[in-house]
Amino acid sequence: MSFADLYVLNSPVAWLLWFVVLTLAMYFARWPAHRTIMSLARALHRAMRLTARSLLLLQEQLQARNREVLLAAGREAKERIIEREFERIDAAVRRDLAECPTLHRRLTEQATALEEDHEQSKDVPPTPPGWVKAVQAVAEIESPRDDPMVGQILEAVHVSLIKAQDQARAEFRTATRARHEHLKKMMGYWRSALQLLAQVESKVTRLIQRTQIIDRHIADYEEILRQSDRAERMLTSSSLVQFFVSVFVLCIAVGGAVINFHLIARPMAEMVGGNNFIGSWRIADIAALVIILVEISMGLFLMESLRITRLFPVIGALPDKWRVIMVWITLGLLTSLATVEAGLAYMREILLQDELATSALLRGEGGAAFGNQFVWITTAAQMGMGFILPFALTFVAIPLESFVHSLRTVLGVVLTTGLRMLAALLRLVGDGCRYLGGLLIDLYDVIIFLPLWLEQQVKAHLAPPAQPVSHPHKTAKVKESLS
Amino acid sequence: MNRWRPIALAALALALAGCSGEAAPTTRGVYLLMDTSGTYTQELDKAQALINALLAKLDTGDSFAVARVDTGSFSEKDIVARVTFDERPSTTNQQKRKFREEIDRFVRQVTPAAYTDITGGILQAAEYLTEKAPGRKTILIFSDLKEDLKEGYLRDLPLTVDGFEVIAINVTKLRSDNVDPREYMIRLEDWQRRVESGGGSWRVINDLDRLDRILG
Repeated sequence: MSFADLYVLNSPVAWLLWFVVLTLAMYFARWPAHRTIMSLARALHRAMRLTARSLLLLQEQLQARNREVLLAAGREAKERIIEREFERIDAAVRRDLAECPTLHRRLTEQATALEEDHEQSKDVPPTPPGWVKAVQAVAEIESPRDDPMVGQILEAVHVSLIKAQDQARAEFRTATRARHEHLKKMMGYWRSALQLLAQVESKVTRLIQRTQIIDRHIADYEEILRQSDRAERMLTSSSLVQFFVSVFVLCIAVGGAVINFHLIARPMAEMVGGNNFIGSWRIADIAALVIILVEISMGLFLMESLRITRLFPVIGALPDKWRVIMVWITLGLLTSLATVEAGLAYMREILLQDELATSALLRGEGGAAFGNQFVWITTAAQMGMGFILPFALTFVAIPLESFVHSLRTVLGVVLTTGLRMLAALLRLVGDGCRYLGGLLIDLYDVIIFLPLWLEQQVKAHLAPPAQPVSHPHKTAKVKESLS
Repeated sequence: MNRWRPIALAALALALAGCSGEAAPTTRGVYLLMDTSGTYTQELDKAQALINALLAKLDTGDSFAVARVDTGSFSEKDIVARVTFDERPSTTNQQKRKFREEIDRFVRQVTPAAYTDITGGILQAAEYLTEKAPGRKTILIFSDLKEDLKEGYLRDLPLTVDGFEVIAINVTKLRSDNVDPREYMIRLEDWQRRVESGGGSWRVINDLDRLDRILG
């Protein structure tokens, strides 16, 4: 074996020689190597911790900003709700108060009628005179037997008295009947008055319920103004719910738009040609898409003009007169586009039938495709869908507004969570680097265990028995500095 | 302000280029050569079915021509019917119906040709399709590929079919092929060599039940 062969690791002797050389080199370079590993591990650890700290600070700033935006948005939304509640209560009060004079007049009329009837029922019927006793007394007088004249007179008195008594009784009964009739009429007035009072009560109850709702909103509003954690949690939860609901509704709307697109894309080729392209997109498809997007835009403007949504403050700030004009213009355009779509849907059906007929002809089946007598149903359905879908898509503005408003919160939540997780991961990696440094130092010593052991043996022989070994405490020091 | 002008102009040019509405090279051009020589005229009903299938498959903007292969096929007179479909689907359907009627009329009135000039037909097809400049050019040869030239006709020239797809359809075996099948093989190989040396691609489809494979 020549010396040059030792450079090539093709024999066990060469391997052994290189191992010894490397072990010795590592032994002599032990402390610088330990310090290098330690420094590297410490540097990585600190860098990771520093980055994690920065990310946490950024996350805190972002969270604070999110909180501000969320509370501001929540305050605005709550103000809107309270404003609308007040508008409703104002309308209800106006409506009910407008009825108040009528109600008052009716109640007064009822009361007057009741009073009159009461007065009339108070008239006491004439008390029956003491005819009874007089008649009885006259009747009990014995007529003298010897004077028939007296007997006749008494008899006449008796008859007269009975007649007068009958007359008095009849008058008494008539007067009592009249009183009863008055009392009977009073019952009707009384019931009517009770009904009126019940109406008043229900209106007052409704008002009280509305005020309770307003109270709840005001309580929430106050919570938001106090910028409490509860308010933040409430608004975040509300935003998340709004986000998912609006995404769901928007997905449905996208489905509607896709159906709409397929309804008009084919006949569009009749208008703009079926073989012209912009890039890899057919112009007919783009035209159909543009029509649908214009319809959606018109729907947005219509909703804005009606103040149902508030995506464009410019439209909301327009004077009422201009806003109404805008409503009519957008509605007109939307109706025109819907009519165009219905026409295109009809054209689509005609084209489809024509294509089917041509295909049948080419297959040698004659005009078999025209045999379907129920074609008008699909035609009518397509036309109906073509007309209705643009108006249905108008309502996309509402979930879109919710989506836009809640997206800010959701993105904020996702971003802050992501930053927090990244910071935790960096801290974990930093700690891992630190422990890895310790592990590498131990591994280093494991590789050079033989010279270390020899060193220990030599030192044990040379040093006095009581003295501790020199190097282990250095290793411990290095590890301590790492931890 | 001047600094932004070139960028604005570039953006405008890009937008205008994008919105030019030029037809993208997605159209197809198909030229069908129908062999009308000898006994192969009996196969014309199959050619009719093939044409109908092709008509059903072609779309707006595509070009389609059907020509007969006879004694001297390098001539516009041999084109039986030709059409470039309109961009409107309804007009395309009308054109398809009219095309079919023309083919039916031709098949009813066709008389067998004495000679078979396939090379002339291919040259005519290449010229027609190059002029139409569709995105994809296909020459269909509905023939037994047995070329039989009249004396004096020179056709030993190279085919220039670079970028063309040449498909031989319904290549029937002749009686002599049955005696010596090598003749059939050699005939096919010879055509393949000529087409491929001219820059085209070569395919043979004998199963007419799978016509959908013709235009991919």
